[in-house]
Amino acid sequence: MSNQILSHSDNVPPNAFTQAELDWLPWLEPLPEAELTDRHRAGLVDASRAKSAYFMLLARDPDILGARTRTDKDIFYNPDAGLPRAERELSAAATSRYNGCIYCASVHARFASHFSPRSADIQRLLDEGVGAKLDPRWDAIVAASVALSSTPVVFGTAHVDALRAVGLDELAISDVIHGAAFFNWANRLMLSLGEPCVPR
Amino acid sequence: MTLSTFPDLIDHLAGIEPGDALDGIRANRPQARLHAQQSYVALFDPAPPAGDASQFAGAERFALAVFVAGLHGQADIAAFYAQGLSRLDAPGSLLEAVAAEAAEGAARGPYGRHPAGPLSVEDLPGPVHAVAQERRALLGARLSAALVHAHLLVLHPRDAKAADLQALLDAGWSTADIVTLSQLVAFLSFQIRVVVSLRALAGRSATITSA
Repeated sequence: MSNQILSHSDNVPPNAFTQAELDWLPWLEPLPEAELTDRHRAGLVDASRAKSAYFMLLARDPDILGARTRTDKDIFYNPDAGLPRAERELSAAATSRYNGCIYCASVHARFASHFSPRSADIQRLLDEGVGAKLDPRWDAIVAASVALSSTPVVFGTAHVDALRAVGLDELAISDVIHGAAFFNWANRLMLSLGEPCVPR
Repeated sequence: MTLSTFPDLIDHLAGIEPGDALDGIRANRPQARLHAQQSYVALFDPAPPAGDASQFAGAERFALAVFVAGLHGQADIAAFYAQGLSRLDAPGSLLEAVAAEAAEGAARGPYGRHPAGPLSVEDLPGPVHAVAQERRALLGARLSAALVHAHLLVLHPRDAKAADLQALLDAGWSTADIVTLSQLVAFLSFQIRVVVSLRALAGRSATITSA
């Protein structure tokens, strides 16, 4: 394993939020595919993730990667009641917009557009930021995600009341909490271990 | 009691008891609940690493957690992780030094710069952490560098550059241990938000407490 930084001096990272597909370049050397063991494969969860520089870098600690990925999948993909998938993705996109993760925002804005489908509203969230007025229900979800993403956390009972007022039940509110909280995990990894790039 | 047999930590920190309404709510996402706990165990009671031996000591992990919880203004969560330092027989002076760093590093996030361009009007200034001169000898080069990096990740992650990872390498952190360090700080940013927000959902106000 090389303990040195990978330089991408010819890359010009995107400087605006977008729903277009982006790539990501690691600043540290990912695990070479030839070094994958069963423990690494268990951490990657999906075999296809061996093609991703991001997941192969995280695979250098496979146990936390595996636990992280399984947490992620249940928060976003569990279809059993709670918040509709589009709005779980909205919480992820709003959190990423607020923290400034252009890569994460691109992926989850695209998913939110796909599942809602309200691509123009999602684009306004990206263009105008988390203060964009979308509709009362989405505004409450975005505001809750922002309050939860602030440091110190300012999410409180007023945000819970606002989410109830627009029709979210307790499980749906818990889904907003977990979706936004999870992207405070994901954004920090994406922002600090590499940089986005426009596919060639 | 080892960490792996400890009751679910998010439930513990959020004050959720078996049979509570939120116990039932969390049961609807059983994999998320289980693997948030497994994440905690993987970071704070890790199995021997898959590759080269890790130099990321248990005391460094708990010290960073005390610092991160402190930056979030969550004194009770910081106190929980401080117990981990005690279990490892870390000197009290280490806990005092990390708590003092958190108090001095506290700020309101997220701030920082976007890539230069149309988003630059949204750039927000804020502090870059520096470990106090009088605490550098006690904390050492490795932990001092990790505290600076944790402050960046918690409060202004969009400022992160490759040079920040070079600073960790220069302080003796390996590539694999930088990945684990990044996961630890990022995971705590998740865990703390879930705990504080579930308290609010349970009707307990999310009071900010000072570290």
